[in-house]
Amino acid sequence: MKFTLNGKRVDVEAHPMKRLLDVLREECGLTGTKEGCGEGECGACTILLDGEPVNSCLIPFAQVRAARVKTIEGLKGKHPLQDAFVTEGGAQCGICTPGMILAAAALSKDATLEEIRLGLAGNLCRCTGYEGIYRAIRKAKRKTRRATH
Amino acid sequence: MRTAISSLALLEPKSVREALVMLRDEGPLVPLAGCTDVYVNLNFGTLPQKRFLNLWALDELRRIEMRHGALSIGALATYTRMIRSTLVRKRLPILAAASREVGGAQIQNRGTLGGNIANASPAGDTLPVLAAAEAILVLRSAGGTRRVPFNSFYTGYRKSVARPDELIVAVEVPPVPGRQWFRKVGTRAAQAISKVVMAAVRASRPRIALGSVAPTVIRLPRTEAVLSGGGSVEEAREILSGEIQPIDDMRSTAEYRRRVCQNLLEQFWSETA
Repeated sequence: MKFTLNGKRVDVEAHPMKRLLDVLREECGLTGTKEGCGEGECGACTILLDGEPVNSCLIPFAQVRAARVKTIEGLKGKHPLQDAFVTEGGAQCGICTPGMILAAAALSKDATLEEIRLGLAGNLCRCTGYEGIYRAIRKAKRKTRRATH
Repeated sequence: MRTAISSLALLEPKSVREALVMLRDEGPLVPLAGCTDVYVNLNFGTLPQKRFLNLWALDELRRIEMRHGALSIGALATYTRMIRSTLVRKRLPILAAASREVGGAQIQNRGTLGGNIANASPAGDTLPVLAAAEAILVLRSAGGTRRVPFNSFYTGYRKSVARPDELIVAVEVPPVPGRQWFRKVGTRAAQAISKVVMAAVRASRPRIALGSVAPTVIRLPRTEAVLSGGGSVEEAREILSGEIQPIDDMRSTAEYRRRVCQNLLEQFWSETA
C-alpha cells in the first residue's frame, strides 16, 4: 500500500487492520514512535497524519492509504523543538517525548501557553510535571517566529 | 494488540452505495470510521467481531451543510471539523463545545459524530446535545433511506432501532429555539469520560438532556414540564431526581451524580435567565 512517510513515497505491505503504530515499528523499522497505553489516552504513539496529530495505536493501516505520515524520525534530530526539549529539560524518561514533540510541532508558531496546554492535553508525562515541556515548546516557537520574521 | 490480526477481515467500499450493498450481502460487518472506540477494544482483545467495513475514504459522508433549513452534518465529520465549522458554531454552538471536550487533539482529529452515535455509550459527549437539539438521524440501507428522531433511536443500553444493514449517514438539526447550554463534568478537562454531561435549551418549553445517568442518554420531560409551567427551580430539582437512574461505577457514585445533575440544572437555569 502506498503512502508518504517522512516526505518519501513508500509502498509497504501489511495487513490492512494492523495498527499504524505496529506497521511503523515493525514493517518500516521506525521505533521512535512509542506505545504507551494502547487505548488513546496517553498520546505516546502520536504521529502527524496529513499534518494533524493522531494516535497511531488507534489507526488501521488501511486508513493511511495515500496519506502523509510524519514520525519523530522525520524531524531528523534537527527540529528546534528537539533542541529545546534537550536544553530546557523537557524530557526525562523519554517515552512520551516523540509524541509530545509531534503534538507540539502541529501547533502554530504563535501558540499561547493556553493553546499549548490545550494542544498537549492528549499527551501524558509522568516525569516532568510538564513545566519543562511547556518551557521547551515556548522557546522553540519563539525561535521559529524570529526565524520567519 | 491482543487480537490476532490474521483473524480479521476488512472490506473497503469505494462509495456509500457499495458500502450499503456489502452490509446487505456480506454482513454482519462493523463499520469503521475514526476507530477511536473500536480499536481500544481490538487492542484489549475484547471485541468479538471479526469483519469490518472501512468507511474512512467515503468523503461524501463528511459534508457539513444547510439542507432544507436544517443543519446537516455527515456521519464522518470529525470533532475537529465540527469545532472549526462556522455553520456548527453558529447554529449549534453546544455541539462545538461538546466536541472540544472529547479526548485531546488526537482523538478530536479522528473521532466522528456518526461514530459517537453508533458506539451508543450512555456517556457519549455529543449525545445530550443531539437530544436537546431534537436532531434527526438519516439511516440508509441498500433498500432506501429513513429518518429517525434521535430521541427515539436508542431502545436500551447500547441498543438502537438501527438494523445491521443500515448506516448512519448524516444528522439533521432543525433550527433550535432559545439559548443553548452545555456542561461536561469529568475528572479532568481533557481525556476524561464524563461523570455527568448535560445539554439544554432555554425555550418556552425548555429542553434538558443528560448523559451518564441512565442506560442511554435521556431527556427529562417531567422536569421540563415543571419549568415551562412556571414551577420553581427547587421543585424542578426534586422532579429531576426521580427522572434519572445513576449508578455507582469506576468514574463516580450515584449519589454524587444525582447531586451534580441537580446543581447543573440550577446553573443552566440561572445562567440562561
